[in-house]
Amino acid sequence: MPLLAVRELAAGYGPVEVLRGVDLEVGEGEIVALLGPNGAGKTTLNRVASGLLRPRAGEVSFDGQRVSRLAPQAIVEAGLVQVPEGRRVFPDLSVHENLLLGAYRRGRTRRPANLERVYALFPRLAERRRQAAGTLSGGEQQMLAIGRALMAEPRLLILDEPSLGLAPLVVEQVLALLVELNRAGLAVLLVEQNVVQSLAIARRAYVLEQGRIVAAGPSATLLADERLRRAYLGL
Amino acid sequence: MLEPSILTASLVHGLANGAVYALVALGLSLVYGVLHIINFAHGALLMAALYGVYFLVERLGLDPYAAIPILVPAAGAAGYLLHRWVVAKASRGREEAVLLVTLGIALVLENLAVALFRSDTRTIETGWAFAMVAVGPALLPAAKLAAAAGALLAVALLWALVRATDLGRAIRAVAKDREAARLVGIDVEHVFALAFAIGTATLGAAACLLLPTYYVSPQVGHGFVLIAFTIVVLGGMGSFWGAFWGGLLIGVVESLGGLFLGESLGQIGIFAIFIATLLLRPTGLFGRAV
Ligand SMILES: Nc1ncnc2c1ncn2[C@@H]1O[C@H](COP(=O)(O)OP(=O)(O)OP(=O)(O)O)[C@@H](O)[C@H]1O
Ligand SMILES: [Mg+2]
Repeated sequence: MPLLAVRELAAGYGPVEVLRGVDLEVGEGEIVALLGPNGAGKTTLNRVASGLLRPRAGEVSFDGQRVSRLAPQAIVEAGLVQVPEGRRVFPDLSVHENLLLGAYRRGRTRRPANLERVYALFPRLAERRRQAAGTLSGGEQQMLAIGRALMAEPRLLILDEPSLGLAPLVVEQVLALLVELNRAGLAVLLVEQNVVQSLAIARRAYVLEQGRIVAAGPSATLLADERLRRAYLGL
Repeated sequence: MLEPSILTASLVHGLANGAVYALVALGLSLVYGVLHIINFAHGALLMAALYGVYFLVERLGLDPYAAIPILVPAAGAAGYLLHRWVVAKASRGREEAVLLVTLGIALVLENLAVALFRSDTRTIETGWAFAMVAVGPALLPAAKLAAAAGALLAVALLWALVRATDLGRAIRAVAKDREAARLVGIDVEHVFALAFAIGTATLGAAACLLLPTYYVSPQVGHGFVLIAFTIVVLGGMGSFWGAFWGGLLIGVVESLGGLFLGESLGQIGIFAIFIATLLLRPTGLFGRAV
């Protein structure tokens, strides 16, 4: 049984239909990439998975439990944690306070140990722990958003375009970190437009276009696909 | 020509009143900062809390300060339920609807008070309340001094709650970004109701502190609504320290206004500040959110 299973999911906003029957799975311990152009519906899918948006049809289940009718806090409690698009750190709370809030619902008892772990992972955050999160650079905010998510001891981490607006070197660091976390057992759904780098770390990938999965398979297969190479890599 | 000592005395009086005004305004400001609603029921809820103290003192013979540990949690619980069952339900998340809902609550509470207690003005008797204590050149009733000290303590506790507890961090997170708050697992509706509850709990404390030197009537909230709105606008909507300093300032303005213009005109200064702030500096003196 996959850790995350999305079945025939349809969702949208008012008259706007965004997702039209999406099927997707993430297995225990996997890194899976979800690729697609602007407006494809990637963020909408994440919003449904995190309980921010109710599906119109189909369902999302996590660890065998139907989550698409649960409240967002119950989904976090189950261990599905998201690093949202645009990072969404709390700008006028300090770095430290942002991290503390990461363990608001889950991981509360091991909060001190997890703080140490996150600070060890991101020494920059430790240096800036008293600073307001809004004063951090984009890369540091991304680290904080990831650190905040790790405080909840996720079983599945969904990252929505973590590379957006970051310098190439920082993107490398973030992706290397995901690989490291994955080695320790974390399942990752990496939502990206950065095709080459995402496929380099993901085992499998899905391509979403206009609310439908148009291609899926092992990363190597997708990288070799002529049509995808033309559409996404300009090759 | 006024004696300088009269001026200083008036200042001390103003600061003492201002500390309680600050507490009342902080409740309003906190609710605004988190829920982005102006709670028009704030004054009527203070009135209800004042009746609460009045009956605890008159019927049960409690000391008004001994009523604090009863009234603060009771007012908080009432605020929580009022938000969950009435404000949140009736508004369905629409902010302009919330305005009308809180206005409606104010009307219901006031009419209920008139029906139950008539329009009489009631006061409590405490033997020591008007014993005079010298503060510099000023002679203050002991209860007024106690009220100021109690209000300052309550403000400090409120600050500690907002700054240094998980609930306080959750409140600030919700105030800033509701969706991101949901993504860390904060139950936003619960935090909304808790913020509203803290707002009414401050009124519970304020009522206990006020009543020994004040009175209660069904309309008693009106004056406080004007004062609290002025303070919150002056300090910057949602700003904690803005509300605090604004409260002290308005207390002083009212007191000096009374000194120069006479009791009945003293509140004109508050109106003038309210309008001047809206015209000249609508973001307030400390224009920054919670
Ligand atoms: N709140 C909303 N109300 C109405 N339409 C929306 C809303 N949010 C998104 N949409 C529309 O839904 C479609 C999919 O948006 P979504 O954000 O899911 O795409 P995305 O794949 O994440 O794109 P991007 O790569 O730009 O982040 C877009 O056409 C968008 O305009
Ligand atoms: Mg998106």
